[in-house]
Amino acid sequence: MTSDVPAVDRSERTRSLDPADFAIPLGREEEWRFTPIGQLRDLLTDDLDAPSGSGSVSLDVKAPNDVKVERVSHRDGRRDARLGAVGLPGDRVAALAFAGSDTATILTVPQDTQLDEPVVIRAHGNGTPGADFGHLLLHVEALSSAVVVLDHVGSATYADNLEIKVGDQGHLTVVTLLDWDVDAVHLSAHHIEVGRDARVVHVVVSLGGEVVRVTPEVTFAGPGGDVELLGLFFTDPGQHHEHRIFVDHSEPHCRSNVNYRGALIGERAHSVWIGDVLIRAGAVGTETYEINRNLLLSDGPRADSVPNLEIETGDVASAGHASVTGRLDDDQLFYLMARGIPEMEARRLVVTGFFAELRDRIGVPFVTDRLKSALETELERASAS
Amino acid sequence: MTSLTIKDLHVSVETDDGARPILRGVDLTISSGETHALMGPNGSGKSTLAYAVAGHPRYDVTSGSITLDGVDVLEMSIDERARAGLFLAMQYPVEVPGVSVTNFLRTAATAVRGEAPKVRHWVKEVRETMDQLSMDPAFAERNVNEGFSGGEKKRSELLQLELLRPTIAILDEIDSGLDVDALKVVSDGINRVRATGETGVMLITHYTRILRYVKPDQVHVFAGGRIVERGGPELAEALEAEGYERYVGRDLASAGAN
Ligand SMILES: Nc1ncnc2c1ncn2[C@@H]1O[C@H](COP(=O)(O)OP(=O)(O)OP(=O)(O)O)[C@@H](O)[C@H]1O
Ligand SMILES: [Mg+2]
Repeated sequence: MTSDVPAVDRSERTRSLDPADFAIPLGREEEWRFTPIGQLRDLLTDDLDAPSGSGSVSLDVKAPNDVKVERVSHRDGRRDARLGAVGLPGDRVAALAFAGSDTATILTVPQDTQLDEPVVIRAHGNGTPGADFGHLLLHVEALSSAVVVLDHVGSATYADNLEIKVGDQGHLTVVTLLDWDVDAVHLSAHHIEVGRDARVVHVVVSLGGEVVRVTPEVTFAGPGGDVELLGLFFTDPGQHHEHRIFVDHSEPHCRSNVNYRGALIGERAHSVWIGDVLIRAGAVGTETYEINRNLLLSDGPRADSVPNLEIETGDVASAGHASVTGRLDDDQLFYLMARGIPEMEARRLVVTGFFAELRDRIGVPFVTDRLKSALETELERASAS
Repeated sequence: MTSLTIKDLHVSVETDDGARPILRGVDLTISSGETHALMGPNGSGKSTLAYAVAGHPRYDVTSGSITLDGVDVLEMSIDERARAGLFLAMQYPVEVPGVSVTNFLRTAATAVRGEAPKVRHWVKEVRETMDQLSMDPAFAERNVNEGFSGGEKKRSELLQLELLRPTIAILDEIDSGLDVDALKVVSDGINRVRATGETGVMLITHYTRILRYVKPDQVHVFAGGRIVERGGPELAEALEAEGYERYVGRDLASAGAN
């Protein structure tokens, strides 16, 4: 399946801080057509007078001393100039989140600082009804390196903007773990700016929630940038996991590599992966590859997967995309079982193996360990059902 | 002593155009301690027989029986068959991405032996067996069959054979794609297993080459989905000299008569 809407349209989409600049989505719009609009609850409110969060989500930040942590007011008129500088909201819910978050958290890793421990930010939803909003800016200044883990647990109806700015020759690994309770709804807009010769590894792990929708958008602030967008999701019955990636190559000699893998099981398990990559005329020498692989573990799930690569220059180094959705391989199961391994365990091995390559690529022990146990739990739940 | 008994076995394979009969009445008994060679032309159904014994879901037993010491093998799931002592070294071993050889071997050994092998013993056992098969220890960290050369795949099958110690082992073209040195290494491995006296081996092969190293007690000629002739090692020599032509012809005649 290919999209009939070119990536360039995505780059020309309305960008605004005012939610009123966007119509309430009906579900027919290109960017909402896969999303279960009816399940977005208060995130679709038409009351925009003074949006304010329910306060259900609290942030707990654990950062090494070198990191500067600020909480800044975010109300109109008093908005910190750094907010919105990486990327402006590109849809109504993101704009609502921008307007509705009273305070924003800004983390700065000062220039030439190498963090030897990860920053761990935990968002906890206490289940209070009503929508809550968040805003987080991660700024890794030039020549610095950091690992940031954003953990999401509990229950909430939540929308947020995550702005990520990595300065020249900076190096950031940022992992978003979406381990919400089964009734959570979370729409998350990520804006990522990659500095000159900087490297960003952006990882999304979607496990929980009722509706999770993450929209990572990448821009380059100079040549030589390198971004790796990795995603793992395990979509259970009734869950909607949506990942919409947009990489906007406007600078020469940058590299992007998008690799998302998902396993789906059961009725109404739905995953959506959109990979929009745009290589603009000036982005000569670009290297890009995007792939989404989905494993259907039973009857019932639906995996929508739409790679979309648009090239406006005649001078790319390499560009490619792929999308593969299939069932568990009978021959692999047969091979393992023919060695005495019971079927459930054979399935577990194959599925774990399917994620292993990506899991190991993340290279953050804290995250890989957490992922191992999370996948174990998912697989146990899947085999019990 | 354990015996695998195959009686009047008919097997169809599921294809896109429906079920296609491949095996047309196979009779064969093999007991632990014995070595049999099953030889026959391409497409005659040798691998189908092996898969049917192991329980591959694509192969459907339409009539006949397979029993292990009188117990119905056809009633068993794939993994139960393996735990009952059956082993199939595959002609085309399957890649399992993301699953390391170490993890795979240990999981399999745990399943087949009924308990996890003691770590220290196990590590030593694996290392020594790999060493005997001239396998680089680094091999254990690779993913199962992923990027293995033809010869490496065959050694890895043999490694599993030696570690899992089945009572009946079907080795489907374990000799194909091996150079002379590798053939020697693999044959030595098979002979180690035979020397225990506890494993019955069925070697499926096209060529007598491996039979110079692994001496069969019985040779079966397979053509057109059934065994068309049986004999001792001398039969293999005759096949080497004459080829399968006359069996293929004979099979067509008898198939026509059916
Ligand atoms: N999965 C399958 N789908 C379709 N046809 C099959 C399948 N498996 C086997 N066959 C067919 O069944 C016949 C026997 O195949 P089989 O692999 O058992 O032969 P073989 O004797 O092992 O041959 P070879 O010596 O080439 O290994 C062949 O005609 C083959 O094409
Ligand atoms: Mg064969």
